[in-house]
Amino acid sequence: MNVGVIVFPGSNCDHDCRHVFQDVLGQSVQMIWHKETSLTGIDAVILPGGFSYGDYLRTGAIARFSPVMRAVKAFAKDGGAVIGICNGFQILLEAGLLPGAMLRNKSLHFICKDVYVKVENAATAFTEACESGQVLKIPVAHADGNYYTDPVTLAAMQANAQIVLRYCTPEGKVTPEANPNGSLDNIAGIINPEGNVLGMMPHPERCAEDILGNKDGKLIFLSLLKAMKVKV
Amino acid sequence: MSLVITKELIAQHNLTDDEFKKIVEILGREPNLTELGMFSVMWSEHCSYKSSRVHLKKLPTTGPRVIQGPGENAGVVDIGDGLCVVFKMESHNHPSFIEPYQGAATGVGGILRDVFTMGARPIALLDSLRFGGLDTAKNRHIVKGVVAGIAGYGNCMGVPTVGGEVVFNDIYSLNPLVNAFCLGIAQKDKIFLGTAAGVGNPVIYFGSKTGRDGIHGATMASDSFDDQSEKKRPTVQVGDPFQEKLLLEACLELMAGDLLVGIQDMGAAGLTSSSCEMASRAGNGIDLDLTHVPRREPGMTPYELMLSESQERMLMVAKAGKEEECIRICKKWDLDVAVVGKVTGSGILRVLDQGKVVAEIPAKSLADDGPRYERPFSPPGYQDMLTNLNYDALPDVKDANAALLALLESPTIASKRWVYEQYDHMVRTNTMVRPGSDAAVVRIKGTNKAVAMTVDCNSRYCLLNPYEGARLAVAEAARNLACSGAEPIGLTDCLNFGNPERPDIMWQFVMAIEGMKDACEHFKIPIVSGNVSFYNETNGLSIYPTPMLGMVGLIESADKTMTQWFREDGDDIILLGATREDLGGSEYLKVQHSREQGSPPYLNLETEQAVQSCVLQLIRSGLVQSAHDCSDGGFAVALAECCMSGPDQTHGAVVRLTPGRQRIDSMLFGESQSRILVSAKPAQRQAILDQAQQMGVPAGVVGAVGGASLVIYVGDERSTTKTIDLPVATIADRWGFSLERRLSQE
Repeated sequence: MNVGVIVFPGSNCDHDCRHVFQDVLGQSVQMIWHKETSLTGIDAVILPGGFSYGDYLRTGAIARFSPVMRAVKAFAKDGGAVIGICNGFQILLEAGLLPGAMLRNKSLHFICKDVYVKVENAATAFTEACESGQVLKIPVAHADGNYYTDPVTLAAMQANAQIVLRYCTPEGKVTPEANPNGSLDNIAGIINPEGNVLGMMPHPERCAEDILGNKDGKLIFLSLLKAMKVKV
Repeated sequence: MSLVITKELIAQHNLTDDEFKKIVEILGREPNLTELGMFSVMWSEHCSYKSSRVHLKKLPTTGPRVIQGPGENAGVVDIGDGLCVVFKMESHNHPSFIEPYQGAATGVGGILRDVFTMGARPIALLDSLRFGGLDTAKNRHIVKGVVAGIAGYGNCMGVPTVGGEVVFNDIYSLNPLVNAFCLGIAQKDKIFLGTAAGVGNPVIYFGSKTGRDGIHGATMASDSFDDQSEKKRPTVQVGDPFQEKLLLEACLELMAGDLLVGIQDMGAAGLTSSSCEMASRAGNGIDLDLTHVPRREPGMTPYELMLSESQERMLMVAKAGKEEECIRICKKWDLDVAVVGKVTGSGILRVLDQGKVVAEIPAKSLADDGPRYERPFSPPGYQDMLTNLNYDALPDVKDANAALLALLESPTIASKRWVYEQYDHMVRTNTMVRPGSDAAVVRIKGTNKAVAMTVDCNSRYCLLNPYEGARLAVAEAARNLACSGAEPIGLTDCLNFGNPERPDIMWQFVMAIEGMKDACEHFKIPIVSGNVSFYNETNGLSIYPTPMLGMVGLIESADKTMTQWFREDGDDIILLGATREDLGGSEYLKVQHSREQGSPPYLNLETEQAVQSCVLQLIRSGLVQSAHDCSDGGFAVALAECCMSGPDQTHGAVVRLTPGRQRIDSMLFGESQSRILVSAKPAQRQAILDQAQQMGVPAGVVGAVGGASLVIYVGDERSTTKTIDLPVATIADRWGFSLERRLSQE
């Protein structure tokens, strides 16, 4: 599989995403500068974490105007798989590829720690290597991860099983205490109605190797490979 | 326009009459205002090390692994596989008091530039912080601001802040310390230096535009504070981490091509220091044309342009003919870039503006011929009063449970989770041991190796005995590395002291240098970079001497990395090393008896080395499950930390100590050195004890992991008195949330 990792000015998890796909999963990776306009030959697109444009104005608000985003939108419209992680998720929201918006964390602080998320929908291209209801330990690292949307959109997302990951306790209970940032309905990750675009705040690329003490995040990437019928 | 250089003007520039005379001698004439400004910043204590240089020369700086010692932007140490680590620590104390967020943020920005300007990609940051007590709103404001500033800058850069230390003592209320450490990784044969070699080569400015911020930052950092200090806020620079991220990527791309001769960041003293230091190192001169310098606002004078400390700026000397390629790369990263001069063979830094020469100074005189002082030093009159402590007048501990809880809650010992959870400590996916163990460990991708890092200094020990305190700091840093499975390979220092013009402060400094020297020579650890911060003094009250050390260790096989927390119920708990009656200077005396007195703990370097070698050997042979050194709060606190600091679960422990004639408080809370608590499967017990005996290290099984409480019996095996008996949930709560609770007071 040929994975395209988009590099915005200020992206800083781009190398980490490359490392996981290339060195851990043995796929070919292309780093795509944000000024590029074509995604020819790319099988899946990753919008990595970081501080695109310094998070100035609002997270993701400037990056969505980067030339490459027009190509990403077309790619997604054609059914191409797109994953936005952390800042990548924020960019997907700003670009209108996923519904909703990010508010500042409830604590107002940047938060970096392991959290637990429950796989609410294991029948997606990004979770099919997981069991339904499986609890994954994946770290978050963000200041703006407090997901919000209007009640109508939320109800529609719930009805369509678009809420893929929810913050939960280690035992899998979705409680307010398990919510690290005040996110609506404990939302940690969502997909679009078509199911080919995933946005998630936790960083699966940070926990995909034994040496880092946790491989739960690898399941997200293995799911994608499985969906794309790639043998690892 | 010519301006008469008056006595007032000279004094305003913090130059003495003698220093001014020397300037006139060098130039053969009176300087103009721009030149006076340039001399004043380059000859400031901050840039010239005029009070410290004669003593710094005594430190060991060489070793088989050392590729670059002090004198460059950062030190470089070989780690094999064609790779090297590049690291340095630097202070940003004065600005952080005046403007905590920006002061700390730009401190991080500066140390990152020091590392990537050498051609290394920064992969880890650590911070060593000193604040006043948390009972005043002002101090809480400084803590929150500094932590947010470090987070704001480091997180955006995508460099993980993997560790550090925070100590609270009211002596730092008006002089908080912010010492930032950065480590980068580079190819051994791709190190870049700050040199302006090759006459005719173009000098290129890139990065942010130059503004009026931070003018005289270096001079400010070379002066004591008084009640008016907060008015110095305009001298604090404002950071833009996004710009720095672009600068980092642009630099590494420039360095990947065959384009550069030399490169240096514009830190303290900005354009002046970067140009004269690069010229001086190459024995050349530079013609610098200010007309082309990108500026934030019109009407800036040559004086302001040469002294501005606007952040995120670099100066490079490119190979002739490569200008266009350099400019293309900078523009790709949306950076301002301009050819601002060329290298000359004259040895003179000649500054032009609109075709007119506005300054003309021998580069070497500015960079290297600053004054050197052998300042007088003598111990303060109060030194004996500090060390003489009549322990008989202090009652032994009555309620050890309460004493342990008080220690665990004291901000210096309490968990720093509130701090490090605000730092992205995992980005770059190398962090094997996160903040909260003895040392942070990051793996080196593409190899089997890992690097361990720690920052340490017990400044109370240094106050009580600066020589011993510095030795103890070296020993503790090395011990922290050993407990992580690493062997020390190099050291950077950040020497924070008061006013060097006072003989008692200078005495502290000289003694600390001697202590570092002796310990480093013994352990064969080279000091490869560093920084001195004097004048940490407000209204005549000086900080405790704080020679902060950042030590780097190598783990040859990353799977032999060790952490401090217990792993499994039923494991033996073994203490390596001997417990003496070492209450002097302890956190216990401060918390329980409000005394910061006595002699710091005894340290024998041979014993220390033996204990460290022993634990390393045990870790490498896979015999132990955890290793944690006993430091602040002594045995009981170390044991409690082993129980509750693990990331996933806590453990109880039952331990028995046999006191002999010793005071019980010294057994529990005394800070005897060269002690390490390890845990191991009972099946390994004999092998561990044999190994220790072979290496001449006292070792004994003191108890076992298990249960829901931390229980310590003090007495022989018949004694049934539980001197300490606390549920682990209680100690974990008190220790884990103390900082948060204190900081949330309004």
